[in-house]
Amino acid sequence: MNRTIITVVGRDTVGIIARVCTYLAENNINILDISQTIVQGYFNMMMIVDTAKSSKSFDSVQEQMSKIGEEMGVQVKCQREEIFDMMHRI
Amino acid sequence: MISISEVIETNKMVEQENLDVRTITMGISLLDCADSDLDRLCNNIRNKILRLAKNLVPVGEEISRELGVPIVNKRISITPIAMVTGNACHCTEDYVKVAKMLDETITELGVDILGGFSAVVSKGATASDIALIKSLPDVLAQTNRICASVNVGSTKTGINMDVVRLMGDIIKETAKKTADRDSIGCTKLVVLCNAPDDNPFMAGAFHGVSEADAIINVGVSGPGVVKHVLGNVRGESFEVLCETIKRTAFKITRVGQLVAQEAAKRLNVPFGIIDLSLAPTPAIGDSVADILCEIGLEHPGAPGTTAALALLNDQVKKGGVMASSYVGGLSGAFIPVSEDQGMIDAVLAGALTLEKLEAMTCVCSVGLDMIAIPGNTPATTIAGIIADESAIGMINQKTTAVRIIPVEGKDVGDEAQYGGLFGYAPIMPVNKFDCSAFVNRKGRIPAPIHSFKN
Repeated sequence: MNRTIITVVGRDTVGIIARVCTYLAENNINILDISQTIVQGYFNMMMIVDTAKSSKSFDSVQEQMSKIGEEMGVQVKCQREEIFDMMHRI
Repeated sequence: MISISEVIETNKMVEQENLDVRTITMGISLLDCADSDLDRLCNNIRNKILRLAKNLVPVGEEISRELGVPIVNKRISITPIAMVTGNACHCTEDYVKVAKMLDETITELGVDILGGFSAVVSKGATASDIALIKSLPDVLAQTNRICASVNVGSTKTGINMDVVRLMGDIIKETAKKTADRDSIGCTKLVVLCNAPDDNPFMAGAFHGVSEADAIINVGVSGPGVVKHVLGNVRGESFEVLCETIKRTAFKITRVGQLVAQEAAKRLNVPFGIIDLSLAPTPAIGDSVADILCEIGLEHPGAPGTTAALALLNDQVKKGGVMASSYVGGLSGAFIPVSEDQGMIDAVLAGALTLEKLEAMTCVCSVGLDMIAIPGNTPATTIAGIIADESAIGMINQKTTAVRIIPVEGKDVGDEAQYGGLFGYAPIMPVNKFDCSAFVNRKGRIPAPIHSFKN
């Protein structure tokens, strides 16, 4: 298991989740959990994914996801799960 | 499993509240580089730094990308250089040659700053220590990324007043040699008492002799995050206030802990310590002064400032020690003037004086830091200020430091500009009364007694 957190923040439009999920499926990245909420009028989505079976490096997934985000006018970030675990779990 | 609100909270700290890891500092021992031939010494040092630190910057950037947290600086600290140059350096030019070699080496690696052009002379100074100290004005004027420090006292040894007096002259000379750049040389020179061996922060970082061959120390920062959460507990009791600071310090320090572990693993160098300091930058909102205002002061310097700072410092430590098993370095709130917009505002408003800053240094790390004073301040007065600050450290068993800049050609009402993390500073007035007969006495102030504490 190689868990990464993907966050999408921006103005809500049709097809954001579809686009991100398609990319993940194409690259053999398994989605473990999805949640979304609206904060101060902005669409916030978080996915916990497992990149263990993907052939792509963390850097290239990060770069390509960020590009997809730019095309849709939203910010897409990929971060390793450890930072959130360290900060919020004792 | 991690929840979306926790993810949003963490990312907000980074994106809006200036949470960052200030530095990954690799400590490197140069004790095995000593040689009596200057060229061989320079080669030994250069090869060792290149060998150990060649991946420091790429690894720092990689960790930063993967975690989504900025790592602002990658730094190196070395064995106090006076310990290895004794047989090879015979004059100021020799020291300048070593410093330039270090400057070039770290520039090649992309490392931001190197600390450890230092001497530890808390009880006595060797000929090599004195020669090094005398070379500092030229070294600091002719290099860009080299930081120097001199440890002039400790609780166990007392204060070496002969070196304190000398440092008054050295600081003045350093200011003169960099007069064209608002005496910037002095921003890279700090005089310490009870200097720690594992400090990752500049200008006082060096790799002490109690350390391993190489080590990774990490300094975290996050005054903006603390300030922001305190905005949610205005008017609440001290218990709520303290609890809030502790929880936040815990979260900030955990980020540092993760970065340190990862860096140590990837660089194959042991993890040393986390320094859980609140280190401000000139960026708006990244200010320790703003935290003091949020606690309830109109400006830092107002009555109550020392108490508020003591409280803040203590809660930061309490939250931080829970987050990391190895806490060290300076670990506390920094109160530099030029690097903190809130402190600058307090000085300009007339709320904050040198004397109040001195009182504040009794309860926090580290000391009188990045304070610009008139260029015509006598060397003996600067030595007097160093002696006062060292005495606070010596008696209270804590680290204290003086990084003061007598800005050549400028006076109260003027400003000194440094840019970047160093910021800018209004020139602060200094007490005009004379202390030369005191600092001109020869010898040492004896070590203090450790009982009858009052």
